Amino acid sequence: MTIDFDHFTPLMSLFGGVMIGGAALILMAFSGRVMGISGILAGLTQSHQNKSELPWRLAFILGTILGPFVVMMVTGQGIEIRPVAQGPLLMLGGLIVGLGTAIGSGCTSGHGICGLARFSTRSLAAVMTFMATAIITVALIRHVL
Amino acid sequence: MTIIFALISGVIFGAGLALAGMLDPSKVAGFLDLFGVWDPSLAFVMGGGVVVNAIGFMLIKKRSKPVFADAFKLPLTQNIDKPLLIGSALFGIGWGISGLCPGPAVASALLNPSDGLGFMVFLTAGLVLGRVIARRMA
Repeated sequence: MTIDFDHFTPLMSLFGGVMIGGAALILMAFSGRVMGISGILAGLTQSHQNKSELPWRLAFILGTILGPFVVMMVTGQGIEIRPVAQGPLLMLGGLIVGLGTAIGSGCTSGHGICGLARFSTRSLAAVMTFMATAIITVALIRHVL
Repeated sequence: MTIIFALISGVIFGAGLALAGMLDPSKVAGFLDLFGVWDPSLAFVMGGGVVVNAIGFMLIKKRSKPVFADAFKLPLTQNIDKPLLIGSALFGIGWGISGLCPGPAVASALLNPSDGLGFMVFLTAGLVLGRVIARRMA
């Protein structure tokens, strides 16, 4: 294994991670909801079932979209986005991410940040599973195919 | 008030993802590329997020209810079942292909609309279809 020191950003990533944890705490402390973005998104697609849950979900999604723009205003710098997939492959990735998080009841935020913080063994199993398949997928794409 | 705090939480979440480097699929893939030139940065995102959330959650739990809502709504399912493992395995494959998980996909949808909006359409379609499949599996 070789460490990529050119792109390694431990302090900035830790700072961002602390903000993400703080965001989850605010949502739980004030609104009593788990910050699981795939669940929040999925909830929007079945809003006819539970109308009272719609406003906070929309507000959270709106905030998530605004967040990076706030960062750009404060820092005066752009945010680097270097895609790893384009066109049909990217869309296929999106479809699989949607399918997987719906069937597995969560993603990196819900199972990762929130589930692990509650010491949920169910979330730990989910995180170990998706980390493993993600690492294998990248290894196949980058080093085998 | 729950709406205002959901908005505040969302802004901090989106800003945190951006600062952490999570909106950059190449950085995410660099973290997942354990067998290549590995960028461990995103372990610090997960570590920081989980530790802060775990400590804070222990304090929050002492309250009987949230500040502006009736109850803490926590997941009721506890067991490790087939849908959890199959779904998570699928999610990891999609994450590895695209370098995008749902949070960063939402946060970058308008920053990079040519890729981001299409990704969101397929992600949402997957969520709806996945719900149908999950119901059949149950």
